[in-house]
Amino acid sequence: MDKLLLQMLKGTFVSLEVFFLTLLFSLPLGLGIALGRMSKNPFIKIPVQFLLLVVRGTPLILQLIFVYFAPYYLFKLSYDRFTAVIVAFSINYACYFAEIYRGGIESIPHGQYEASKVLGFTKRQTFFRIILPQVIKRILPASGNEVITLVKDTALAQVIGVAELFRVAQTAASKEFSTMPIFIAGIFYFVMNWAVSAVFIRLEKKLNYYK
Amino acid sequence: MEVIAVENLQKTFGTLEVIKDISFTVNKGEVLGIIGPSGSGKSTILRCITQLEQVTGGTIRICGEVLVTDIEHKGHRVSQYADKERQRLIGLKAGLVFQNFNLFPHFTVLRNITEAQVRVLHRTQKEAEEAALVLLEKMSLSSKAQAYPCELSGGQMQRVSIARALALNPEVLFFDEPTSALDPELTGEILRVIRSLADDKMTMVVVTHEMAFARDLCDRILFMDNGVIVEQGNSQDLINNPNHERTKAFLSRFQ
Repeated sequence: MDKLLLQMLKGTFVSLEVFFLTLLFSLPLGLGIALGRMSKNPFIKIPVQFLLLVVRGTPLILQLIFVYFAPYYLFKLSYDRFTAVIVAFSINYACYFAEIYRGGIESIPHGQYEASKVLGFTKRQTFFRIILPQVIKRILPASGNEVITLVKDTALAQVIGVAELFRVAQTAASKEFSTMPIFIAGIFYFVMNWAVSAVFIRLEKKLNYYK
Repeated sequence: MEVIAVENLQKTFGTLEVIKDISFTVNKGEVLGIIGPSGSGKSTILRCITQLEQVTGGTIRICGEVLVTDIEHKGHRVSQYADKERQRLIGLKAGLVFQNFNLFPHFTVLRNITEAQVRVLHRTQKEAEEAALVLLEKMSLSSKAQAYPCELSGGQMQRVSIARALALNPEVLFFDEPTSALDPELTGEILRVIRSLADDKMTMVVVTHEMAFARDLCDRILFMDNGVIVEQGNSQDLINNPNHERTKAFLSRFQ
C-alpha cells in the first residue's frame, strides 16, 4: 500500500508539472491569440481563426498524438514525450483561454478606451494599465472552469506514454486486480481541484474591491 | 488669442453627413455653449476636436497648432493630420469630460487623477498626488481620495472626471453633456463646478441641454441643427431673443 501511494504521488507530481507548465505557457499565449483573433489585419485574423477552429474542433487526445508523432513521420525527428505533452496542452488551452480573453476584452465599455485616449495614454499603456486589469476580473469565473478541466485533462498525457497520475493508477489496478487505485486517483484529482477552486475564490475576493 | 479654431469642418459617417461645413473659434478665457436638438452634431464636433473621430474635411487648430487640414492630393482635397506624436501632444491641450464620466473603475479616485500625470506627463508620484489633492479639494471631494468610483454618486463621479481632465493642465476643457446622466439635484453641483472654473477664466466649450445655465454662464452660444450652425451670438441675446425660426422653435420647448 505504501509503495502504491508513493508511486501515485510520483504520478501526481508529473500531473502537476503538466498542469503548471501548461498554465505558464498557455495564459500568455492565449492573450496573444486573442489579440490576433481581434486584429483588423486579415492576414493575422484568418489564420488565427483557422487555428481556433482546428484546435477546438478536434479532441485533445488526438492533438497529443499528432504533436508527438507528426514530426517523426514527416521529418524523422523524435523528441521527448513530456515536451510533446506540454506543447500540445499549451496550444490547446491557449486557444480556449484566447476566447475567454476575447470575451472579456470586448465586454469593456468603449468609453474606457476613449477616456484613455483623451488623457494621452499610448495604446500599450491603455491595454496593460486600463483594460487588462478589468478584463482579468471579468474572466476569472470562466477561467476557473478551464483550469479545473485542465487538472482532469492531464490524465490524457498517458496516451503518448507519460506516466502521470491516472496511468500509474491504471497500471497498479491491473497489477493488483483491484479498482482501488483508480478510486484513490479520483480522490487525488478531487483534492487538487479543491485547491484550484479555493485559489479562484480567493482571487475573486481579492478583485472584489471594485464593481 | 484663439485657443480653438475650426474652419469648414465636415464629418460624414458612411453617407450620413453629421457635420456640414462648420467654422467657429474659441478665444482664451471664453466659455462657448453649443446647444441644439439630439443628432444635430454637437457632440461630434467635440469628438472631432478631441480626436475621438477622424474628420472628413476642414481644418482644426488648437493653440495655433494645426491638428488637421485639407491638402491637395492628386487633384482631390484630402484631410492631412499632424504626425502621430504631434497629434498626441496637441490632444493634451484639450481635455474632455464625458456624459457618462468614464472613470477607471479599478483605480481609486486619487489614482484616476494621478495615473495620466505620471504615465503621460512623467510627473513624479508625489507631484501628481499633490496636484490631485488640490483639485479634489476644489471639487469638495478630499474625503473621497481613497474611494473607488463605484462608491460615489453620479455627481461625485462627474467631479472626479473633471478633476482628472484638469490634472493635465489643458488649455481648453470640453464638456459633452456633463449633466445629462444626472438627476436635477446632482446637476446643480456640476454646474457650480463649471461656473467656478469659468470664474478662474478656464477656456471651455460646453455641449448642454441646460438652457438657463448656458444663458447665464456662456459668453457665446452656437445653436446647431442638422449639422450646421443655425445661429450664433451673445448668450443672453440668443436664448432670450433668437432671430432664426428654427432656434425659436427649439427654445420654445424650454420656456
